[in-house]
Amino acid sequence: MSIMTVSYALLLYAATVIFALGLCYRVFTYARTPAPLKIPTMPAPVTRAGVVFRMVREVGLFESLFKSSKWTWIFAVMFHLGLLLEVLRHLRYFIQPLWFWVVLVQPFGVYGGMAMVAGLAGLFARRLLVARVRYVSQPSDYLMLILLLGIGGSGLAVKFLDHTDIVSFKAFVLGLLYFDWQPLPANPLLLTHLALVSLLLIVFPFSKLLHAPAVFFSPTRNQVDDARERRHLAPWAARLERAGGEV
Amino acid sequence: MAKIDFEVPVIGEYLETPALQPAAMAKSAPFKASPQHQQALGFPSELLENWEEVAIAKLGELLNKYESLRVYLDACVKCGSCSDKCHYFLGTGDPKNMPVARQDLLRSVYRRHFTLGGKLFPKLVGARDLDKSVLDEWYSYFHQCSQCRRCSVFCPYGIDTAEISMAAREIMDEIGVGQKYCNEIIGKVHTIGNNLGLNAAALANTLEGLEEDVKDDTGFDIRFPLDVEGADVLLITPSADFFAEPHIDGLIGYGKVFHQAGVSWTMSTYASEAANFAMFIGNYEQMRKVALRIRKAAIDLKVKRIVVGECGHAWRVAYSFWNTLAGPFDFLDPNYPVPQHIVEFTYDLIQRNAIKLDKEANDHMRLTFHDSCNVARATRMGDRPGGQLALPRAVIKASCNHYFDMPADTIGEKTFCCGGGGGLLTDDLMELRVKGALPRMQALRQVQKEHGVTHMAAICAICKSQFSKVLPYYDFPMDTIVSVHQLVSNAIQLGAKT
Repeated sequence: MSIMTVSYALLLYAATVIFALGLCYRVFTYARTPAPLKIPTMPAPVTRAGVVFRMVREVGLFESLFKSSKWTWIFAVMFHLGLLLEVLRHLRYFIQPLWFWVVLVQPFGVYGGMAMVAGLAGLFARRLLVARVRYVSQPSDYLMLILLLGIGGSGLAVKFLDHTDIVSFKAFVLGLLYFDWQPLPANPLLLTHLALVSLLLIVFPFSKLLHAPAVFFSPTRNQVDDARERRHLAPWAARLERAGGEV
Repeated sequence: MAKIDFEVPVIGEYLETPALQPAAMAKSAPFKASPQHQQALGFPSELLENWEEVAIAKLGELLNKYESLRVYLDACVKCGSCSDKCHYFLGTGDPKNMPVARQDLLRSVYRRHFTLGGKLFPKLVGARDLDKSVLDEWYSYFHQCSQCRRCSVFCPYGIDTAEISMAAREIMDEIGVGQKYCNEIIGKVHTIGNNLGLNAAALANTLEGLEEDVKDDTGFDIRFPLDVEGADVLLITPSADFFAEPHIDGLIGYGKVFHQAGVSWTMSTYASEAANFAMFIGNYEQMRKVALRIRKAAIDLKVKRIVVGECGHAWRVAYSFWNTLAGPFDFLDPNYPVPQHIVEFTYDLIQRNAIKLDKEANDHMRLTFHDSCNVARATRMGDRPGGQLALPRAVIKASCNHYFDMPADTIGEKTFCCGGGGGLLTDDLMELRVKGALPRMQALRQVQKEHGVTHMAAICAICKSQFSKVLPYYDFPMDTIVSVHQLVSNAIQLGAKT
């Protein structure tokens, strides 16, 4: 087993563990923190089912962003939808035998990769060219886009410039999954791609990428408009009430 | 109109996004609370010696108490969708009035002290230590947010800058840096029962005078009852309704509606205020203390229902928070919503043909309606989502013949703040108030040109006061602003059998 295979195997394990634990911890803290007051942005749904529908529109269609800025919406949809297609397409490396729909998604995946890179380029241009957005951008905001562009770019390069031996790569991935390590093809573009993906997984729980889980915990979006009908009381507010006595 | 030492914005053909003018409003800051105002609320009288430490500890405490704060400080991706949505940014061009930049004033400190990235690489992620210059920025720019939540409509994660500015103000109170306007007023409510410091005798006197005036005007005995035990309805209304213009015309309207409906009602000297400025300083305990006065008044007066007058943030506190802060209201009649808005009350009477309105009485006006931010984005009326937008319009349209909405992106959930909400309705912030009103003034000008609109109805005491003051700066007559129930008052047929 080459040093390279071992280092990448360890890197990918470490990245996955940091990603999973970090994300779980964040989600746990979000879930644990109470929302003491009813603050849905109105008009808001008056039923739980309505809230689910609102959240589906928000997460699936970026409804609020659409209201706000059409250009940002277009680039954001291109990037996120492209990323989703690519992730689905990449399932082929993890599954044996392949599920039916993973096979179906394969030809679209490549376009997903292109859309993703184009969308990211648009977002980057907007960040650079719109004075308001440039004003609020930190170095990390640019670096995040560059990292994602690097992932998309190196992925497309593996596909189009220096096609790697995907059969042995799949063997490597399955080897990681079943703790039966197989050699990793020594393709520089593939190695770059994997290193950048690992980096993304590692920074995810410590960065603004937390917007992905956070949106589900946003009280302005996930609360039902039923303040008059149901009394909403956070545990700490209930303790305060008991301590404060009755009127 | 006072002397102007700033440039009043020019209303253009369309609302334009201004070019960035860094630090344009850096000098804007409200007067600080005096030691007495601070002490009355249990806050330190002046800046603590170890204020940095206390502030960070308070931020940590709030992060564990408010899911909104914790999630919103993490979730922002700096996409910029909110950046051109704030009326204060649109009116001033100061980039720190972009909602995301305003949040970043607190987020930068959060990152430095509570996140790994900010501890290891502060420059990279825009993290910074809390020092005096940061505190000064907080005091200035967190008092340039009217907590109107327009940005939260457009944010893909629903980040609500109001939650951030409330937390920042709470931290500042905790270290001894309070705002005079809010804290003085909250103190008055605790001791006297209303924002104005109007005592029981003065209030009774005012209402008696009002009864006489209305009698002279209409020939009818419209009562404005105070502390009547056993009345059906307790009316909780902003104290500005007792004498400010055009608020008082709204109060006369409520009185006429109750009179025609034949419902016994009362106001309370103990809880003579619907406003709850404790919301503006983000303080749950203070907000609860103010709300509990209303619960006590309702119990003491043995009423069956509570109806709330025209006031935006008060309706937010009443609709969204009362049940939490001062509930359960199981001692009231369960057949009516608790609380009920006066517009819901009047709307219901109109639906049942229980009052008669003569639209022609308002034919001297061509009207539009300013959706108050808190009513539109933080409450509901009726039983369907959006009722808070539909019901006031229905009541206005039932009272007049000429009604025209302002452009769609300036009303409803996208409504612009009047520029004076969130505890900023104070003369020491006049420049901010005038500039922040620009988007609304622009929209008003548009319907004035297109439809000959002469008057704008509002449903909030703060909006009414703010517009009375600010309209003249933009060459609109001061009395362009009217109360919704002023229109009802003009149109209602007293004594008419239905």
